[in-house]
Amino acid sequence: MRLTFLIAALLATVSPAWAQEPPPAPPAAPAGATPPPLEVDVTGGISAPMPIAIPPMPTTQVVQTPAGSTDQLGRQLSEIVANDLRNSGLFTPVSPAQLRAIAFPEVTAPTFDYWGGTGAQALVQGYIRANGDGTLTVGCYLYDVSARTELTRQGFVVPPSDWRRAAHKCADMVYTRLTGEGPYFDSRVVYVSETGPKANRIKRLAIMDQDGANHRFLTAGSSIVLTPRFAPNQQSIVYMSYVGKNPAIYVYDIGSGRQRLVVQNVATTFAPRFSPDGRWILFSMAQAGNTDIYRVAATGGTPQRLTTSPGIDTGGSYSPDGSKIVFESDRSGGQQLYVMNADGSNQQRISFGSGRYATPVWSPRGDLIAFTKIAGPFRIGIMSPSGAGEKLLTNAWQDEGPTWSPNGRVLMFFRQGQGNAGKADLWSVDLTGVNERRVPTPLDGSDPAWGPLRP
Amino acid sequence: MARLTTTILMATALVATAACSKKRPEVLPPAPGDTAPPPAQTGPVDPNGGIAPGSAADFKRSAQSDTVHFGTDMYDIDATARAILDSQVDWLQRYPNVTITIEGHCDERGTREYNLALGDRRANAAKNYLAARGIAPSRISVISYGKERPVALGSDEASWAENRRAVTVVVNGA
Repeated sequence: MRLTFLIAALLATVSPAWAQEPPPAPPAAPAGATPPPLEVDVTGGISAPMPIAIPPMPTTQVVQTPAGSTDQLGRQLSEIVANDLRNSGLFTPVSPAQLRAIAFPEVTAPTFDYWGGTGAQALVQGYIRANGDGTLTVGCYLYDVSARTELTRQGFVVPPSDWRRAAHKCADMVYTRLTGEGPYFDSRVVYVSETGPKANRIKRLAIMDQDGANHRFLTAGSSIVLTPRFAPNQQSIVYMSYVGKNPAIYVYDIGSGRQRLVVQNVATTFAPRFSPDGRWILFSMAQAGNTDIYRVAATGGTPQRLTTSPGIDTGGSYSPDGSKIVFESDRSGGQQLYVMNADGSNQQRISFGSGRYATPVWSPRGDLIAFTKIAGPFRIGIMSPSGAGEKLLTNAWQDEGPTWSPNGRVLMFFRQGQGNAGKADLWSVDLTGVNERRVPTPLDGSDPAWGPLRP
Repeated sequence: MARLTTTILMATALVATAACSKKRPEVLPPAPGDTAPPPAQTGPVDPNGGIAPGSAADFKRSAQSDTVHFGTDMYDIDATARAILDSQVDWLQRYPNVTITIEGHCDERGTREYNLALGDRRANAAKNYLAARGIAPSRISVISYGKERPVALGSDEASWAENRRAVTVVVNGA
């Protein structure tokens, strides 16, 4: 109980977005308990991530599976859970040296005295079992060490090929129970893998788990590919390709590897995004030097024009309920952010700060819009959909193209290095501006798009 | 020049491989130009120096430049660009069957998607100028590469200036 409250308080103090709404109600504190004081500190970030112990998960019986032996998998599962929680910036896993092997019966009967001695406030135990039908069962249990109580438990049955997902789901269970935030670890990222000299970069679509595992290239690199986005059902990806020297948007089917042109080529089409219900694709079309935003049925058909300004209108992103679109336009001179209704009506400028604003992305929670701020360097920032409360989160030479985690709490983006040798890498940052991390990729990376939580 | 070099290279290769058609020569053939066979051996001298009239190479040699440059975030055709495009017009009028693509490019200081749109603006600015000087728009296609294909790799003013450009490329030579 106390654990949950502590983390919820921490989140509330560092999250400006929550200033508008009450933080999720913490479980009622026992009578007489004194809650820690709330202190508003948006610059200092999270002072003390919660210590948490995640010992290797024992197996009921060592069995060889296509993913490896179950005792080995048990160790790796606990490492993946620890890695997810550490990367969130809200937890400090107890060092492996302080972990001890636990026997299977101990999973549901923890030795709280031992774990208390490691400094851990929370404890995650679990087990792995190979089932007769070839699937794996992973059990995941969360304990409050000082209260000596179980907080929650879940079991996951997965095919061996999805064994890592069981760990991510376990980490999501722990994260949501202790923070009150939505889950995000069991999710994937599609992005553009980059290699080669700066004048002739080879770009390939690639897909991976949010932690960089299960990496796979989707295109061969013979044509430039840019700006992929997941369909809401995650079965396809919309992106831009220069194949045939005819830059246009395509839908790539992940299962079959087939792709199709979305709009028969009238002119250059780019900046594609799915609507939240998957029925529409928003895109930009450049014609005779003028760029406007259109939408077309995801299955194809005649595009419908949504903007008509004589400037460059591009980079649209739907609100989570699909009723509005945030986009960028240079109709006032430089790039600024605007919000319009999904049918193109009622276009209102929302950004008024110094510099330019680009690549707006609506948070899946609906409460914030992330963007690239251009004032010499590129920085990642957030503001409310009304344009209030602008806050810049990063400060490097060129940080571009934010994408939200499924729970709207973390942003991934790409960071371009300077000069001849400058390369692009994927990074993530908490929406409070702390916990900046590089996302591991086999080659360089740009244009990340974070997919929704996996079904 | 490209075609002439190719001709000489082929001639050199022929001489080098004549004695030993299958095995790789132990000594590499001399660099073109050093001891190239006299042109008489490969046929009559091309009065154009090996460049076919109306070809891409002819365009590059005849026009003042194939590239015009732009100011930061600008797409207007300035006096320097006008002189270059005028020289392209002269050549294009001599070869009315030639079609071209104008590539629009940007420096790295804009965001990716905006630069795709800006590159399109630049390519169209050059296209519109050529069209206003009498080149049929149907002969001109445009493509924007945004910031994807820089020619200068530094992150400095000089490199950025070189990269903000529209490049005329001959697609179908006469």
